[in-house]
Amino acid sequence: MQREASLASHSAGEPDRRDFIVIAAQAFAGVGAAIALWPFIHQMNPDASTQALASIEVDLSSIKEGQAITVSWRGKPVFIRNRTPEEIKQAVEIKVAELSDNSARNDALPEKAPALDTNRTIKGHENWLVLVGICTHLGCIPKGQSLSDSRGDYGGWFCPCHGSHYDTAGRIRKGPAPRNLEVPVYEFVSDTKIKIG
Amino acid sequence: MIYAIRARTAAGAALLAATIVAGFGVAWAAEEAGHEVVHIDRQHWSFAGLFGKFDDAQLQRGFKVYTEVCARCHSVKRLHFRNLAQPGGPAFPEAAVKSLAATYQVEDAPDEQGKVGKRPAILADALPPPFPNEQAARYATNGALPPDLSLVARARGIDAGTPFYRVPDTMVRDVLSAYQEGGADYIYAYLLGYQEPPPNLKMADFMNYNRVFPGHQTAMTNPFIAGDGLVKYDDDTPATVDNYARDVVAFLSWMADPTLEDRKRLGLLVIGYLLITAVLLGFAKRRIWRDVH
Amino acid sequence: MATHHDSTYQPTTRLAKWIDERLPLPRMMHAQFVDFPTPRNINYLWTTGGLLTFFLVVQIATGIVLAMHFVPSAADAFDSVEHIRRDVNYGWLMRNMHAVGASMFFIAVYIHVARGLYYGSYKAPREVLWMIGVVILLLMMATAFTGYSLPWGQMSFWAVTVITNLFSSLDSVVPGLGTRIVQWLWGGYAVSGATLTRFYSLHYLLPFAIAGAVGLHIWALHVVGQNNPTGLEIRTASDSVPMSPHAVMKDAFALSVFVMLFAWFVFYVPDYLGHPDNYIEANPLSTPPHIVPEWYFLPYYAILRAIPNKLLGVIAMFSSILILIFAPWLDTSRVRSSKYRPIYKWFFWLFVISVVALGYLGSKPPEGAYVYWARVFTAYYFLHFLVIMPIVGVIESPTPLPRSITESVLGGGGQPVRVDAPAAPERR
Repeated sequence: MQREASLASHSAGEPDRRDFIVIAAQAFAGVGAAIALWPFIHQMNPDASTQALASIEVDLSSIKEGQAITVSWRGKPVFIRNRTPEEIKQAVEIKVAELSDNSARNDALPEKAPALDTNRTIKGHENWLVLVGICTHLGCIPKGQSLSDSRGDYGGWFCPCHGSHYDTAGRIRKGPAPRNLEVPVYEFVSDTKIKIG
Repeated sequence: MIYAIRARTAAGAALLAATIVAGFGVAWAAEEAGHEVVHIDRQHWSFAGLFGKFDDAQLQRGFKVYTEVCARCHSVKRLHFRNLAQPGGPAFPEAAVKSLAATYQVEDAPDEQGKVGKRPAILADALPPPFPNEQAARYATNGALPPDLSLVARARGIDAGTPFYRVPDTMVRDVLSAYQEGGADYIYAYLLGYQEPPPNLKMADFMNYNRVFPGHQTAMTNPFIAGDGLVKYDDDTPATVDNYARDVVAFLSWMADPTLEDRKRLGLLVIGYLLITAVLLGFAKRRIWRDVH
Repeated sequence: MATHHDSTYQPTTRLAKWIDERLPLPRMMHAQFVDFPTPRNINYLWTTGGLLTFFLVVQIATGIVLAMHFVPSAADAFDSVEHIRRDVNYGWLMRNMHAVGASMFFIAVYIHVARGLYYGSYKAPREVLWMIGVVILLLMMATAFTGYSLPWGQMSFWAVTVITNLFSSLDSVVPGLGTRIVQWLWGGYAVSGATLTRFYSLHYLLPFAIAGAVGLHIWALHVVGQNNPTGLEIRTASDSVPMSPHAVMKDAFALSVFVMLFAWFVFYVPDYLGHPDNYIEANPLSTPPHIVPEWYFLPYYAILRAIPNKLLGVIAMFSSILILIFAPWLDTSRVRSSKYRPIYKWFFWLFVISVVALGYLGSKPPEGAYVYWARVFTAYYFLHFLVIMPIVGVIESPTPLPRSITESVLGGGGQPVRVDAPAAPERR
């Protein structure tokens, strides 16, 4: 009778439910259930085929002086221009204080690095300019890659959407864009080949 | 009185069941006698069983056999060069795979004039197929279509002709021993199954006799007909036809199931954890039910 | 909602009281899943309900994840499954869990149904509960059928072709009707990408219909209360235990054991319950030598092929499931549980044997002796419902029932009761 009475009401909180073995079992099972959530979360992260294209190699040997190509990297256009000595001179002569955005915007450098031309290129390969070809205003792709394109007032790139002008180092000089074109992380794996990303 | 009925019913039911089983067995035997069951042995594979792992060196040799013997006709469109460098597989050094990839030409994106050229392959690319399309493949092989090999090890199995009364215990044994190598066993037997046809059998044009292929006539020629030494191994494994077959089948098994090592390792952890959880929960249940029983 | 006991829920915190005054969901949960009186003598066959709920959640969760990566087009479906197996982080695990989970779901549901048949859980007042269960079973089968088509392997394609083609048998009733229906199902003149995309849509939808039906199923269950091995109703407090912690902990233990079986297949033999031919891309111009459905459909497949006439075969196949609906009225026994039915229990096991035999025969080519035996067992299958259930219930003398659930557990002397009539639901 006593057993039956204790079964009928449970609000007293019998020792049964608070027993060590019960708590241990629930805790052990609970930890496993929590860990089991991880695959469900991780499967949304970029998969192996996407990660394989996280960095690309580009052969520069066919790009002559004054020419430029556009490649696709992580779904974005990347401008690669082989600058002429005049274009380099134009970029180097500008004082950083005159620029609208005086940050280098180079992913390989800290945020505060100034927008000197040397901070926009790699030492020893100053003729090569590698930029993410997305206007920093609202995301259009600026013109200036092919020889028939307008290059804007500063000889670099011109965004037709809202009239932003970039110079020969890809820095914003005139127009609504707030920041210089981004320089992605890249390195020279040989004199004629770069790896972006 | 009730017990008499129960006993009679039980006896009657048992007799009925026995008759059914016996009758079924006789009919089954008669049925199966007309069907041929090709006997295929189970091989030992390093990746079989609960603790199976791929042998990297074997996979590398198998890849060599594939590229030198099979790649002439068979594509492997789900194999990407980067897979050759990933853990759990042949694990070639990445730099070596990169230079290997560069020796292959793959289709490039169209240029400014819309022409489609070729470029060297990179790690992210899949291995290019030997033929650009099905028609070219059939033209080159007397009308047959060499199947893609990426999944062939999973797409084949063995019909052992198990009698119906042996099905339960065979199932239990296969499941407990984690037997998933039916495809591998079949392909191994197939590769070594080329024989002279029996004298009374008329072979169709361009067909080859194979002991294990269903119907015995296969359009594929014996890939190892040149015998031992066909492929030179870089390590000191004997360059015999038997080893070629084993190594290439191991490679095919990896290609069809590249996550095998991860799967079995995680399986051990998960089942071990569940075992402990079940024991704990069992004791907890008994503790709670102690007063009830 | 009718319950059989007054709620003892006492909200203790201010937040709990605030919610209780506005939406008494915690109160309902407490009454139905914590405090709910569960027969103290239920055995482990009563854990299948919990297992089924767990696997419904697993299938939905893994299914939603797979849907993030799967591409439902005839050209890309097979490749996208391979992408999931090879490139997606833990994609191989998600896919294995979903494929094996379907089999586990059916193992649990067949044990669940068999338990109901053995212990008379379909008898009054549980008829509606039982019928909702048959609806859930049909929805599960439709879900599994549409789901199996999605990988677009050889078996996917040809199983869909064969089973949808069955509807063309209606041509013998109304000329042209069957063909029109089949083309409507296909969205074309053959199984094609149009079929795949609509099956994908239905496969995503039906599990939520199952979830709704499960809600109704549990509601109906909680109105009448659970059955138990004696078939007697709960009459006194000692007949029952609270659902939490007793039944919950028992369910948890059973789940951990069943999940071990699940994990064994997921990690060690994931393709064992499948067919190698489904690793070959669908080819409309090449039929596999033996078209077989997944194992859980094999008995119905055997029944379908046992009847020589196409239309009658289809009718027999569907009838074999629909006939379950009528079990409450076909079974004339005044005793619920086969534990106390000395004659019927043998026929129950004969029924189980015939279903297993039909399953085996469904996997064999429909030739010679296999066809003969498929007919024998199909005949017995229907005989069991249409002849044995009604007749045995009338002529059988049940063994004495215990006086109460408590007595069946704790024992006790005295005279056994006479045959107990199925009781009306009691109010406690």
